Amino acid sequence: MSAHAVAKVLDLKGLPCPMPVVKMSQEINSVKVGEIIEVHTTDPGSLADFPAWADTTGNEVLETKQREGSIQIFVKRLK
Amino acid sequence: MSAPATMQATTHYQDLEFQIAELRKKVEELGPAQENKLSMIVFSGDLDKLLASMIIATGAAAMGMKVVLFFTFWGTAALRKANGDARGKDFMSKMFGWMLPKGRNKTKLSQMNMGGMGTAMLKGLMKKKNAPSLDQLFEMAGQLGVEIKVCEMSMDLMGFKREEIIDYPNLEYVGVATFLNHSRKSINQLFI
Repeated sequence: MSAHAVAKVLDLKGLPCPMPVVKMSQEINSVKVGEIIEVHTTDPGSLADFPAWADTTGNEVLETKQREGSIQIFVKRLK
Repeated sequence: MSAPATMQATTHYQDLEFQIAELRKKVEELGPAQENKLSMIVFSGDLDKLLASMIIATGAAAMGMKVVLFFTFWGTAALRKANGDARGKDFMSKMFGWMLPKGRNKTKLSQMNMGGMGTAMLKGLMKKKNAPSLDQLFEMAGQLGVEIKVCEMSMDLMGFKREEIIDYPNLEYVGVATFLNHSRKSINQLFI
């Protein structure tokens, strides 16, 4: 159970750099502004890269969670 | 007592005004504002450097940046088709054609190549770790709108013909002025 109302779940597990942010950029427009995408990755670089991506593109990372075997990231589309 | 102080303040104020006017003039002369764009020179024809170039390029495109890649010198060989051939080449062009890698998948590591063993090992590792290959990166770059500009002079020097160059959605043959015009408006410039 997550605290966020998620519009879409993106499974990017097993994809290394630069694939997670590339896929993210391709999927962000599939939800409406204000909606949230939940991302699952196994790339440790994603912990730093998703906030960097959001900072550049003007979107928001609400939360990153390091779970066993994967990383969970909640991204809110702002633009 | 206060008169000289006031006068001094007035002169100081006028001086400031003058400086602001000068600055304003300089800002106007600066020309077009910089765009959220990456201009990269891909000079190397080595597998590792090509991988780095393409990962940065696709990453930048994902960050919402406009991306322009300028392939020049050894980099141009990486744009050749794997099975492309061109007729009517002179002796030197044929020599270059034989010596240089025929396309991106024939490129080698810049270090630890060890007669091809190092390159084969890296490719095996990349497959195992599911890292995108140059083929996948080029395809993705095309989809993301990454532009490729090819140095016309390098093509001519090495005797490459246009029919030998890969089909890519956004490819153009240019000279140095085109690169400079892109790079001066880019917030990010790289040479790899």
